[in-house]
Amino acid sequence: MSDKKYLRNDKLPHIWCPGCGNGIVLSALERALEQANVDKDKTVIVSGIGCSSRMPTYMDFNTLHTTHGRALAFATGVKLANPELTVFVIMGDGDATAIGGNHLIHACRRNIGLNAIVVNNNIYGMTGGQYSPLTPTGMKATTAPYGMVERNFDLCELAHAAGATYVARGTVFHAKPLTDLILESMDNDGFSMVEVLSTCPIGFGRRNKIRGNYELMEWVKNRAVNVKAAAKMSEEDLRGKLLIGRLYSEPAEEYTKCYDKIIEIAGKEAKR
Amino acid sequence: MSDIRLMQGNEACALGAIHAGVRFYAGYPITPSTEIAEIMAEELPKYGGKFIQMEDEIAGMAAIIGASLTGKKTLTATSGPGFSLKQENIGYAAMAEVPCVVVNVQRGGPSTGLPTSPAQSEIMQSKYGSHGDRGAIVLTPSTVPECFRLAVRSVNLAEKYMTPVILLMDEIVGHMREAIDLEEERKAEVYDRKKPDCGPEDYVAYAPDENGAPVLAPFGAGYRYHVTGLTHDETGFSTMVPEKVERVNRRLVDKIENNKEDIVMWEETCTDDAESVIVAYGGAARAAREAVELLRAEGKKVGLFRPISVWPFPDKALTALAAKVRSVFVTEMNDGQLAGEVKKVIGGKVPVDGLFVMDGEIMTPQEIADGWKGANQ
Ligand SMILES: Cc1ncc(C[n+]2csc(CCOP(=O)(O)OP(=O)(O)O)c2C)c(N)n1
Ligand code: SF4
Repeated sequence: MSDKKYLRNDKLPHIWCPGCGNGIVLSALERALEQANVDKDKTVIVSGIGCSSRMPTYMDFNTLHTTHGRALAFATGVKLANPELTVFVIMGDGDATAIGGNHLIHACRRNIGLNAIVVNNNIYGMTGGQYSPLTPTGMKATTAPYGMVERNFDLCELAHAAGATYVARGTVFHAKPLTDLILESMDNDGFSMVEVLSTCPIGFGRRNKIRGNYELMEWVKNRAVNVKAAAKMSEEDLRGKLLIGRLYSEPAEEYTKCYDKIIEIAGKEAKR
Repeated sequence: MSDIRLMQGNEACALGAIHAGVRFYAGYPITPSTEIAEIMAEELPKYGGKFIQMEDEIAGMAAIIGASLTGKKTLTATSGPGFSLKQENIGYAAMAEVPCVVVNVQRGGPSTGLPTSPAQSEIMQSKYGSHGDRGAIVLTPSTVPECFRLAVRSVNLAEKYMTPVILLMDEIVGHMREAIDLEEERKAEVYDRKKPDCGPEDYVAYAPDENGAPVLAPFGAGYRYHVTGLTHDETGFSTMVPEKVERVNRRLVDKIENNKEDIVMWEETCTDDAESVIVAYGGAARAAREAVELLRAEGKKVGLFRPISVWPFPDKALTALAAKVRSVFVTEMNDGQLAGEVKKVIGGKVPVDGLFVMDGEIMTPQEIADGWKGANQ
């Protein structure tokens, strides 16, 4: 592997299992950052706890590996304290939707300028395959040995309803479009979320009899329907499918800029 | 010149923090600490600072750590239930060595307890509340001016030792009004954290300085490094090598313990000729001071020992005092949390008794005096 400008090449190889989607997400992100030509010194990569949250370790930026579920709350502090910084936040599905669900809702609502990437491998990978809120109902996990009994939600719909101004979904099967979505999300001045349908062959695939790494990729691919193609499909055909592509782009004033106005008002009052 | 005002401890705390350079506050409202948030919301933007009300206390703690990494001085304030929620991220700040100040205006517990009544029951939690071993700095004021002073000192110590500092107030000092001379208090010195004295090529983020603390460059300043709550070596990256693990864990304890002389604070009143000493701190020390006066009026040679830093505990000073007196009497608004430490320090050399109150009421000087008499017949 040739040296990548945006990676800490001395920290590689990574810790992920063969067939893990995390590597694909990392490459897509790396390519997007390179295409956007971001300033490494002015970019912060924040993450929670989980396999996917190890990503910042390999990235040559200001990197902040936080506590489980709290990455967005740490990132909110970083961004509000210094709005000049470009801030990415990498989370797993458990990290972002279970323990960190509250922070996700409120980061969306505030429309704070963060670029969130949720790596959804449908499972708690790091702790060995327990169910997450996004483990499809009926599928197996170590803590759902008889099948996942709970219902799921659509993360992108949740983010949109909560106020995120850019929402997209990609997959690790579609690596080039994923890069494009991440790149596009960076143009949104506000809260952007890209959900990535990913793979955990160890914690999820094996237990659900999706044996090979390629079969799991196929499974991911088959769950996804491009948002444009979906427009022409029947409700019946779309049942159980997840839309991919840019789902929402509804620009609104970014939070730290709104706060700057407060500073202006307060400053005037102080002088009076 | 003086600028004497009548104000609450909570207000003095907020103004002290601003004097010390705090420009970022994140938190969640909870009685009896809320005034601190309200004042910060109003004052910080006047200084170009930022205030944010987060979705919970966990997020408030996380946000001040994130903000601190950009070089800002940061504060959050809370009370019992919120303090419990903050614990995991307080441990993170200790492990990642990110300076910040957490104010806990103590109220009655456990659980929701007595939201508007005082207590002092987080003496142990403020040091041991987050999992793992580490050194802790915890300061406890007993007057309104001291709320200002200790807010400044908390920020200074956080910046110097690169650690979270707990300003452990209680409902008594938080809500009482007292005169404070702001002009005088604003002469307090302010300490800013160090900046790297080398270029990014030679920078090793977690290499300790002479105090055992790292020099963390603000994010965005051109020094790219990694911050994690995983056990890490001096480069900041995680490690499981036993010697390196031991080294960082030892350093997190030692950077406080080895600098105790610089950190510990206490106050002695009427101890020169004392034959017995009352130990009290925070809001409860006010009544204890009056109890000493009552007892002195009756001819009893009693003094007051008031730890200002409860952690690190002023052990040398108390040991020296214990060598001169015949008994020690601890008064606190809990089941004897600091009395345990007092006994440990005194090591059985003189008897240690106490008055431990958990009824949500401020103890009176007479109760303390009577308690002391009961124990010293
Ligand atoms: C407060 C807390 N609770 C639980 C854990 C244990 N834990 C670590 S990672 C994880 C789940 C990881 O799953 P996910 O967020 O989906 O990320 P993945 O590993 O699949 O990338 C859990 C439960 C923890 N570290 N901290
Ligand atoms: S356990 Fe799953 S998510 Fe974690 S590295 Fe292995 S394959 Fe990837």
